[in-house]
Amino acid sequence: MLTRRTAIMGAAFAALILATPALAQDLNLSRQKVELVAPPFVHPHEQATKQAPKIIEFRMEIVEKEILIDEQGTKFQAMTFNGSMPGPLMVVHQGDYVELTLVNPETNTMPHNIDFHSATGALGGGALTLINPGEQVVLRWKADRTGTFVYHCAPEGSMIPWHVVSGMHGAVMVLPRDGLKDGTGKVLRYDRIYYIGEHDLYVPRDEKGKYKTYETLAESYADTMETMRKLIPSHVVFNGGVGVLTGKNAMTAKVGETVMIVHSQANRDTRPHLIGGHGDHVWETGKFANRPEVDLETWFIRGGSAGAALYTFKQPGVYAYVNHNLIEAIELGAAAHFKVEGKWNDDLMKQVKPPESIPPKVQGALQPTTKHN
Amino acid sequence: MLFGSNLKIILMVAGLAVPLVTTTAVPGENRHIAAFKDQPALIELAPGSVRYRVAGDFTRGGKPAEAPLATIRIKRPLAIMMHQVSSADYQRCVAENACRALPPDIRVVADRPAVMVSWRDANAYAAWLSRKTGEVYRLPTDEEWAYAAGSRYQDDRLPVDSNDPSRGWLARYEREASLNSAEVDSKPRPFGAFGANENGLLDVAGNVWEWTNTCFVRTALDESGNALSSTANCGVRVVEGQHRAYVTDFIRDARGGGCAAGIPPSNLGFRLVREPKLLMRWFGL
Repeated sequence: MLTRRTAIMGAAFAALILATPALAQDLNLSRQKVELVAPPFVHPHEQATKQAPKIIEFRMEIVEKEILIDEQGTKFQAMTFNGSMPGPLMVVHQGDYVELTLVNPETNTMPHNIDFHSATGALGGGALTLINPGEQVVLRWKADRTGTFVYHCAPEGSMIPWHVVSGMHGAVMVLPRDGLKDGTGKVLRYDRIYYIGEHDLYVPRDEKGKYKTYETLAESYADTMETMRKLIPSHVVFNGGVGVLTGKNAMTAKVGETVMIVHSQANRDTRPHLIGGHGDHVWETGKFANRPEVDLETWFIRGGSAGAALYTFKQPGVYAYVNHNLIEAIELGAAAHFKVEGKWNDDLMKQVKPPESIPPKVQGALQPTTKHN
Repeated sequence: MLFGSNLKIILMVAGLAVPLVTTTAVPGENRHIAAFKDQPALIELAPGSVRYRVAGDFTRGGKPAEAPLATIRIKRPLAIMMHQVSSADYQRCVAENACRALPPDIRVVADRPAVMVSWRDANAYAAWLSRKTGEVYRLPTDEEWAYAAGSRYQDDRLPVDSNDPSRGWLARYEREASLNSAEVDSKPRPFGAFGANENGLLDVAGNVWEWTNTCFVRTALDESGNALSSTANCGVRVVEGQHRAYVTDFIRDARGGGCAAGIPPSNLGFRLVREPKLLMRWFGL
């Protein structure tokens, strides 16, 4: 006899059976191992794919280490995914499964985990990935929606913001299987991709105003927390330090090339701007199911998110890519450079006359041009 | 006067490879003057000449042009500090209320340069030291700095293509990025850490740039290279080191850079020249 109870159970069982095909091992999906690379570079990937969904295997090791964050040699106790700030960008396609092996080597001192904003449930995976030094864990999640998303460490309580502002965030990019499109359905492609992760850092100072240094993470905690709680960063940096993406490490492009810039900030709002250029197509919130905005001057990346911008360089030269809070860019460090080779286009810009002395007759502002009776 | 007063300049319009081989002075003729009481250690360079890329911006026939290359004659011995002014020496001026205090994170020690000093600070120090010693100390001109820097003076010639300004920008960026400053952090090091040049000056073009008295000048040349007019902005002075830079005179920290896309000086410090005694000058010595 079919009781009400068994009917419910049966429905639940049916639901379970329906859900079963979504389990990756039962689907017998093919697997692909991807080696992650340190930002601003991104591992090779297809922009659109004809392949069936796969399980993409990544491995990341958490590295606690002391780094230099500015030219003055300020030392900083950093916590990182895979040794870089930000952690590497992972690129998959919608419908793929991300299978991450997260390793916390014995040489570390802290427990860590990972919260993927792109994943569903268990605090983004944080509740299933907490590992002590000497442990590792494997987490799989389905990339069920497209876009650029932050991942970050989120152990517990005050550890969360501290780990994040110590360097522990990165990003995932889930591409539509048929690639990126503009608002009219036209396919968009890029020739190069760079990943910029912005961090606000809070280095405590001593009574003389000098940056303090600490031998260990634990020793830095109390002072750093006090500095963090005032919400005024000592540094705002791209990719782990002031000037990291400048000089010999400036990003490069050629006139005519389309560059994708993925920009993440796990903690604090930022507003990227390419000086002398634009955002041709910008997914400010990073989610590709929304049509991109076009022709932007500056775009807004909310703290705790990653955005994506496409730009085709039209003019050669040196470009600065900055957080357009210019105090943060110039004084606190949030600036990178692009070196762009190619042919100058006079039609877009020309110095009609180089600087010269002001001709005498127009000199001074108080010469009347019209007479009043 | 366009190019400074007591220096005779022969303008030459020619490109020259870097670095410039500079002085005609025989190194043996240089005289070391040891530090004594308040007097700093000096090196007195024998007269000579230096091939010098004139500072500032130039246009020629109304188009952006390369700066001319000049031969500068230094007609009198040039007494210049062997090393940059130390933070301890600068601190003595601060203690006597004649100089502005250094930022608190600068270590005050006898063997390291005073950094985070502006052109105004350097001048205040020069005035104080002159009072203290009865001598006349001042910042060098850019030409004098180039002469004293010898082989460490770099020609900052850049390709100028009036049809494509980006060539010059990219070339400058590449050159500045390839200098040591990218690898060496900006922490001041003990005197001598960057070695001595052939004149015996320590740490020239190390990680501390040095203020000069030369103003930022923009000069319009006619087609044949004669100066038509110039505008001088003495609120901006030339600083010298691994590369030449133009910095506003009240700036103490140029690390943020002028405009967003360039490699700025790591530190701003200075060394002074001592004028010959008035009597010596009368006799043309």
